[in-house]
Amino acid sequence: MNTSAPQPPFAVQVEDLVKTYAQSEALKSISFNVAHNELFGIIGPDGGGKTTLFRILTSLMLPTSGNALTYGYDVQKDYKEIRKIIGYMPGQFSLYQDLTVEENLQFFARIFGASISENYELIAEIYDHIKPFKDRRAGDLSGGMKQKLALSCALIHYPKILFLDEPTTGIDAVSRMELWSMLKSLKKKGVTIIVSTPYMDEALLCDRILLMQEGSILDSNTPKGIINNFQKQIVAIETHNNKESIKGLRRLPYLDSVHTFGYEIHATSTETIDTPQLKNDLEKMGYQDINVRNIEPTIEDCFMDLMQNNESHG
Amino acid sequence: MDKPVIYSNDLTKNFGSFCAVNKICFEIKKGEIFGFLGANGAGKTTGIKMLTGLLTPSSGEARVAGFDVFTESEKIKKNIGYMSQKFSLYNDLTVNENIRFYAGVYGLSKKEIKIKKKELIAKLGLEDVQDTLAKELPLGWKQKLAFSIAIIHQPKVVFLDEPTGGVDPITRRQFWEMIFDASAAGITVLVTTHYMDEAEYCDRISIMVDGKIVALGTPKELKNQYNEEDMNSIFVKLARG
Repeated sequence: MNTSAPQPPFAVQVEDLVKTYAQSEALKSISFNVAHNELFGIIGPDGGGKTTLFRILTSLMLPTSGNALTYGYDVQKDYKEIRKIIGYMPGQFSLYQDLTVEENLQFFARIFGASISENYELIAEIYDHIKPFKDRRAGDLSGGMKQKLALSCALIHYPKILFLDEPTTGIDAVSRMELWSMLKSLKKKGVTIIVSTPYMDEALLCDRILLMQEGSILDSNTPKGIINNFQKQIVAIETHNNKESIKGLRRLPYLDSVHTFGYEIHATSTETIDTPQLKNDLEKMGYQDINVRNIEPTIEDCFMDLMQNNESHG
Repeated sequence: MDKPVIYSNDLTKNFGSFCAVNKICFEIKKGEIFGFLGANGAGKTTGIKMLTGLLTPSSGEARVAGFDVFTESEKIKKNIGYMSQKFSLYNDLTVNENIRFYAGVYGLSKKEIKIKKKELIAKLGLEDVQDTLAKELPLGWKQKLAFSIAIIHQPKVVFLDEPTGGVDPITRRQFWEMIFDASAAGITVLVTTHYMDEAEYCDRISIMVDGKIVALGTPKELKNQYNEEDMNSIFVKLARG
C-alpha cells in the first residue's frame, strides 16, 4: 500500500462538470470535492445524474465540458492510471455468471496484477460469508451473495477509491444495514468510498453528502450541516386518520408543505407554528387523537424542501 | 360481512425440494391496503405470482376477486391490475400509445378508451407529453402513469410490486396518495416495498421469512406486539428468522 507518489489534495475534484446527451442535460455544471478516506454519499432519486457522474469519474464516459480529477488524475487524459487505482461496483451485477465465485475473484485479481492472498485482509470480512460457496457459479448465487462477491472483486486490488453505484437499491432493510457496516470497516482500512443511493435515511451514515436532483446539486454538506441549514419550522402530526387529515392540513393557510411521513405527517412553515392552534384547528375539522410535536427535520425533509425551492426557481 | 377480496389458506409452492411459499394464510377485504413485506428471497414474488394467476400453487387454496387460483386463473387476470418497478410502461411506446395498449388489453371498448384516456391525461397533467415516448418521462411520472393505467379498468384488486423504487421523495408521496384514493374508491391494494416508512401507510401488513408469514396485523398492532417504535425496527428484528 505504501506508494511513493505524493497524495493529491483531494480524492476527487470536480469543477463545472457538464454532460449532455442528445435530448437531455444529465449533469448541469456541478462542482464538488471529496477528501481522502471520506465516506461520501451521493443521494438522490433515479434520473438525478448519479450514474452519469460515476461513469465520468471512473473514466468510462467523457464529460461534455468541465474538469474532473480522480485521485489527481484527469478523467479524460489519465484514464489508464485511474483504472488501476479505483474499484467500481456498477448498479447492475456485472460479474461473469458462468465462472465460479472463486474464479471471478481470481480473474479480477489477475487483471489488476494483484494476488488474492496479498490483499485478502481487506476483503476477509465480506468474502468469508460467501467462501462456503466458492465453487458455485456466480449466476446461481442469491442477490445478497452476488453483491458480496461483486464487492470483493471490486476491492481485490486494494483500490484507493471505491465507487459504489446504488448498492442498496431493491435490497431489503436488513441487507442494507449489513452493507453499510461493511463500508464502515472498509473506511477504517483507509479506502475512500463514494456511494450513491436513493434512500435518504442512508445519508446519515455518510461523512458528507451531495443531494442531487435532475443533474444539479441541491446541497452539499455533512448530514448534520444540511439538517442545521433547514430554515423552516417543522412539526410532526398524528391523528386517528392520517390519510384524511392530510387533506385538512393542506387547507390551513399558515402551513407551507404537508407530507405523509411514516406513521406521522410532517408540516412546515416559514413562520413559527403555533402547535396549540394547529391542534385546535384539527379538532374543529373533526379529527381525533391528535398529537402535534416539534421535531428536527430529517434529511428527507431537507431534500423535499430543497427540491421545491429548486422547482419554484427553475 | 363482505367476502374477502383476496383469500389465502395454506397456500404453498414447492420448487423440487425447496418450499418457496409455506402455507400462507390471510384474508384481505375490499378497499384494504395490504403491505406484503419480506426480505429478498423470502417468497414474496412467488406469492404474488400465485395470486395473480401466473403460477399454479402446489397446495392450499386461494381466491382472488372471487376466482379460484387453481381453476380460474384467466378470469383472475382480467379482474386485477398489476404494476412493478421493473415492468410498468413500454418504453418505446408514447404516453398515448401505452394508455391505448393497456386499456385494450384490459378489455375496454374503443369508446371507453377514448374517454378514459382523456380523463387520465388531464388528471395527471400530461397534456404536453402525450406523444412523448415513455422512456423519456421522469421515473416518478412514469410510475404514476403506470399505476393509473393498472387501474384503468377499475379492477377489484391491484398488485403493486415495489412501485416506488428509486422515485424522488415528493413523487413517492404523491404516488401513495393515489393509492389512498384508489383504496377509498374500493379497490383492494396489495403492495410490496423496501421503504419502511411506506409500510406505515398500509392498513395491514404481513412479514414473510423463509416462505412463511411470521407477522400479520395493523402497523399499530405489530408495534405493540413487538414493542418497537417503527416498522423498520420490527422488520430488522424479524426478517432474518
